[in-house]
Order: sequence, then structure tokens, then C-alpha cells
Amino acid sequence: MGDETFVLAMLVNNQAGVLTRVSSLFGRRGYNIDSLSVGETEDSSISRITIQTNGDDRIREQIVRQLEKLHDVRTVTVMAQERTVLRELMMIKVQAGPDKLAQVQEAAKVFRAKIVDLTPTTITAEITGEKAKLDAFIACLEPFGVTELCRTGLTAIGRGEYKLQQQQEEQTHGEDVL
Amino acid sequence: MQLNGAQILIEVLKEHGVDTVFGYPGGAVLDIYDALYKASDKIHHVITCHEQGAAHAADGYARASGRTGVVIATSGPGATNLVTGIANAYLDSVPLVAITGNVAVNLIGRDSFQEVDIIGITMPITKHNYIVKDISQLADAVREAFHLAASGRPGPVLVDIPKDVQQGQCEYQKRPPAPANGRRALSQEALKQAQALIAASSRPFIYAGGGVVTAGASEALTRFAESLSAPVGSSMMGLSAMPHRHPLFLGMTGMHGRYAASKALAACDLLIAVGSRFSDRATGNKLSFATGKKVLHLDIDPAEIGKNIPAYAAVVGDVKAILEALLELGVSRQRSDWEEEVRAIVRMPDSHLGMDHSRLNPQMVIESLYAKLADEAIVATDVGQHQMWAAQYYKFQRPRTFITSGGLGTMGFGMGAAIGACMGTGQRTLLITSDGSFHMNLAELATAVTHRLPLLIVVLNNSVLGMVRQWQTLFYDQRYASTTMDGRVTDFVKLAEAFGAKGLRIDHKEQLDSAIGQALTWEGPVLLDVLIDRDEKVLPMIPPGGTIDQIILRG
Repeated sequence: MGDETFVLAMLVNNQAGVLTRVSSLFGRRGYNIDSLSVGETEDSSISRITIQTNGDDRIREQIVRQLEKLHDVRTVTVMAQERTVLRELMMIKVQAGPDKLAQVQEAAKVFRAKIVDLTPTTITAEITGEKAKLDAFIACLEPFGVTELCRTGLTAIGRGEYKLQQQQEEQTHGEDVL
Repeated sequence: MQLNGAQILIEVLKEHGVDTVFGYPGGAVLDIYDALYKASDKIHHVITCHEQGAAHAADGYARASGRTGVVIATSGPGATNLVTGIANAYLDSVPLVAITGNVAVNLIGRDSFQEVDIIGITMPITKHNYIVKDISQLADAVREAFHLAASGRPGPVLVDIPKDVQQGQCEYQKRPPAPANGRRALSQEALKQAQALIAASSRPFIYAGGGVVTAGASEALTRFAESLSAPVGSSMMGLSAMPHRHPLFLGMTGMHGRYAASKALAACDLLIAVGSRFSDRATGNKLSFATGKKVLHLDIDPAEIGKNIPAYAAVVGDVKAILEALLELGVSRQRSDWEEEVRAIVRMPDSHLGMDHSRLNPQMVIESLYAKLADEAIVATDVGQHQMWAAQYYKFQRPRTFITSGGLGTMGFGMGAAIGACMGTGQRTLLITSDGSFHMNLAELATAVTHRLPLLIVVLNNSVLGMVRQWQTLFYDQRYASTTMDGRVTDFVKLAEAFGAKGLRIDHKEQLDSAIGQALTWEGPVLLDVLIDRDEKVLPMIPPGGTIDQIILRG
């Protein structure tokens, strides 16, 4: 029964208001959104939304089925963790002059982050990875004084042949049995 | 052929066989009304006194006739006045297409005169909604709206059409409507699982919801119940799905349900829910509701499975198709003394709805109305005590004859709904209402008079908001906050006359039958103002979140 974190990937019509339809459904039914990212796919008429959320089995089932009822949602998948590559992009700015550059660069190297901006008073780094890695990088830079930080939210893609299939209009829902 | 947007809308309405629409004109729908004017030989537009009345009328029309209701309103306040009606249709899964005008595309987002974001406002209460900014997409958006409203689990769809799109020109080609309910194949595996579950049960109880009425599954449900010799109860929305006089029908379950129905439900080992969503008003305490029994859930909406009550097994699809498929597979159950047990429950004194015959009371009024109108009328209600008395005491025999606001519980629903139901069926319509609810939208009497509708309006008048008062009596130590309406001295008989309808008052029981008889001879709307005691209660009552063991049987 316990709450678990899980990642949903969905294909939606690339149309005005779709994100509102999806996010307001979470709001009004009382589901959480831990992170959300959205962007166009290889087909410009379709966008892909990745949502990280949490809940027990019943809530997970409900979220998927309620999302499937939205007219603009073409398919919803709970991403199987072991078959999914998860990534998030973060940019982080520290209050540090050129004297600290070497130390920051050293940390960035360990985490495979990149320095993307440098001024006499600030250093900005970019990093991608899973949540734990990003959190560790933040902790590592904290002593320098983090002044600004932004994250894109998680995005997810299946490994190998594991990919989101668009539902056919005539697909049967008759197989849905608990 | 080249048409303007407004004409294209009318053409698509015609494609879908629409011959009646409800609405109210205004600045942002002038072009649509101009096109309606020219098409008035094909489409009858019914103007109400308020857009809310029009939305409820379209809803009542759809519920009573089974066809999709259509309502039109202008931008801004016209559109927002539809909101309660749309939400009402959404909660009760009623097919409705709402058309709103909006300001021209280049004025959107500037807080222009009578501009609101009706798409944003109605997003949570529609199956889907469209704002059409490109005239080339108008016809298809309206077609899709009709398809979506009526397919799967029905519901309202809104199409917002900016004024310049109504005025623009575009090529239009007639198309036949898409088949409404693309029958989805049923899972054979799920059907077999359901069959096995039924076969293993010895005390099955069938719980019918509004989905049975929507799916036209009444006959299949009756055969299904007969083949299992299983008792049937219904939610309020499921009333009329099974003929009241059928020996297997025990009545409504839930908060104000019949003792026998709730008791048999509690005693069953398999609860077969057909087209129901287990509303809290129907289940009471959700944990104890399903204790000691398995739930087999049959519904068209996969999201309903396990939403409120965990399902042991389920079949998703059109409930008529499911019931017919199960009958074809063959259903049977374990032999047991279940029938005898149910008969014993029905014979229990508490299973009989009481009535005080010594004085005029609301239960007696409903019984007298049924005795006179029998199965010939459509019955609409508002919301409150009168609604529950109607649900308890009127003996519905035919599906789509009980038009009531279940999910949203909208006071003020009745007048519009009764008008729509009456126009959708051409049948005499009885509106059972109360002074509280009727005060909300009584202006629609003018609409009923305009069309000389055979509408019998029965106002159960107790000068209080009776249902709220009942809760204040039972749960708030009789502190009657804002529910006593002694300051209102509305004379409903004079009011009816002022509107051009007939009005009669009944204040003792001897007048009842003759007044009803007199009302039925009158052509056009008649109002009966029936004075009842303010402390009449709706009983039995299972307190909110309670169980059958906490049922209140006597006042």
C-alpha cells in the first residue's frame, strides 16, 4: 500500500492548452507532481510529457486511467525503472571569483559537469544526470555559495526497443481488468 | 459550398439530426442567431429566461430523449451562466454540446467586453472543449464535439467560437455523422472471470447505476437478474432502470434508500455493480460497504474501476453488451437459501416505507401523483427532500422517466430540466420541487407558458430549506441557520397566474386528488402549491459516512 515514486511518460497532441489539461487533472484529483518536463517529439504534432509523481498502487492506476480519458492524451506509460534512462538537466550558479575557478572545475570534472558561464564574481555550471547525482553536485558546490539554481525536471526514455506506442483509435479497452 | 462560420455550425447541427436547441442570444452569437433564424424551419430554438435554464433544459432533453442536448450562449456572462448546467451534466454523464460565442480572435486576451476564458473555466467539467480560431477547423471541431459527447461514457463538450470565425467564409461539405458508440470489443478473459465469480457466489446482489439507463440496458439487466434470481437495488441515478414493480427489485440503496435494499446489499457475498461509480451518497462508509463481499464491477469507464470501491474483478465496456455477453455465456450461481433470506428481509417491518395517513404529507402527495399519472409521465425534480421523497415513493417503470440531478445536486435544476424533458419527449412532465429550489429558477415558468407545455409543477412548500433543516435537526442541535424562510411570503398561486399559468393551492389532504385531477385537465403549465409541515423528514437515513447499522428509521 505504501507510496512509491514513479515516472510517467505520455504522448499528447501538440496543442495549446494540453499542459493545462494534464496538470490541472493532477491538481483537482489531489495527485502530486514532483517534476514535469515537456517538449516536442520527432513528430511535430505530438509532444512528450514526463511526470514524476508518487502514490500507492490505487493512485498510480487512477492517474493513468484518468489521464487516458483526456482527449488530447494519446498514450500513458508508467516507465519501468530498470528499462529506462532517466535524466535531468541542471544549471547552478555559485558566488565565486576566478580564484575559486580551479576548485569548481575540479568538482565539475568529477561530476562530468561543464562550466558554461564565467564572470569576475560568478561561475555557472551545467550538469545532466539522475536526481541523486544532481543533489550530490549541489552539496559539493554549497560551500562556494549557491546563488541560483534551475532544473528542467526529469525526462525519461526506454532502453532499446522499449518505446512509447501510440494507441490506435480503435484499441479495445476491454482488456482492462483488475 | 461557401458558407460563413455560423452557417457551417448550423449545417453540422443538421448533420447530427439536431432539431431543437436551447439558448439565449447576445452580442457574440448574433451571427449564429442570424443563421438559426434562416434555418428556423429545420431547427427549433427555444429561448429561456436565463442561460442556466437553457443548459438544464438541454440536459433534461438529453436525459429524457437519449439524444444529445444542445445549448447556445453568448460570450462572458452568457458562457459563465452555463457553468452550473455543464457541471451538472458532467457529474451525471449526460451528452451535451454547449456552443458559446466569444470575442473576435484579435480581441482575446485583452479583457475585452464580455470576454471570459470559458475554455479554462470549463476544462474540469467537460469531457473536452475547443476554441476554434481557424474557420477551416470549425466543422470538424463541432463534429468531434458531438461524437465525444455521446460516445463511451457520455458527457458535455463545449465549443467556443469567436465572433470573427462565425463571420468568416469557408468551404463546407456535408458529411454523415460518425457512428456514436464505436462498440469496443469486450475482453473474453474478463467475461469468463466474471462468469466464474458469479458461478462461485451463493448470494449475489445486483447494484444498478445510471449507466444502465444510459446504455439502454434495462431489459438486459432484468433478464440477467432473473436468470440469477438475484435481488436488484439501484443508486438514485439507477432508478427507472428496472421496473419498480418487478419482484426482484428492492428499491434504491444508499443514504435515503430502502431498508430492504440496503440490508440485502449488506448481506450479499457478491456485489455486481452495473454502470455505477459508487458515489459517497450511495455507499456511505466505503470501508464497511464492501466488507465480507466480492465486488464485480461492470462499467464503460476504466477509470471507475477501483476508484471508490476496490473491484475483485471487472469487465470494461458498454454494460448492455456486457450483460448480453454474460447471458450468452450462461450465468448461474450456487444454490442457497438467498431468495428466502431476501424475502425475509423484505417482510421485515422496517422494510416498509411508513406513511401517516391522518394529514397531508409529502409522501402522500407523491403517491397520489403516481396514482393519477401512473407510468405516462416523465418526472423531473429539483434537489432536496422533495427529490428524495420522489425517489422513494414514485414507482418508476420505464427508463428515462426520472430526471434528477444526482452527482452535482443542483437546486434550480428542475424547471429547465422539466422543460427540456417535456420538449424532448412530447410527454406530460411532472416537476416535483420545493419552495427553496423553485425560488432559484422559477423565471423559466415564462418559458413553459410560452410553449404551453403540459407541465405539472408540484411545489412541496414548507417555507424552510428542508434537507438542510433536517441535518440541522439531527446533527446541529436544531440551530436553523439561514434555513427558515418565514420572511418570504411568495404566493405561488398568484405567481403562476402572473406568469400566465394556472395555480392551485392544497393545504389539506382532502383537496389532493381533486386538485391533481383538475390540474390534469388544464392545457399548459399548472402549479400546485402544496403546504406541508416543516419538520417532515426524509427517512430512512443512513448518516453520511455511516453504515446500515446506523440507519435512522423513525423521526
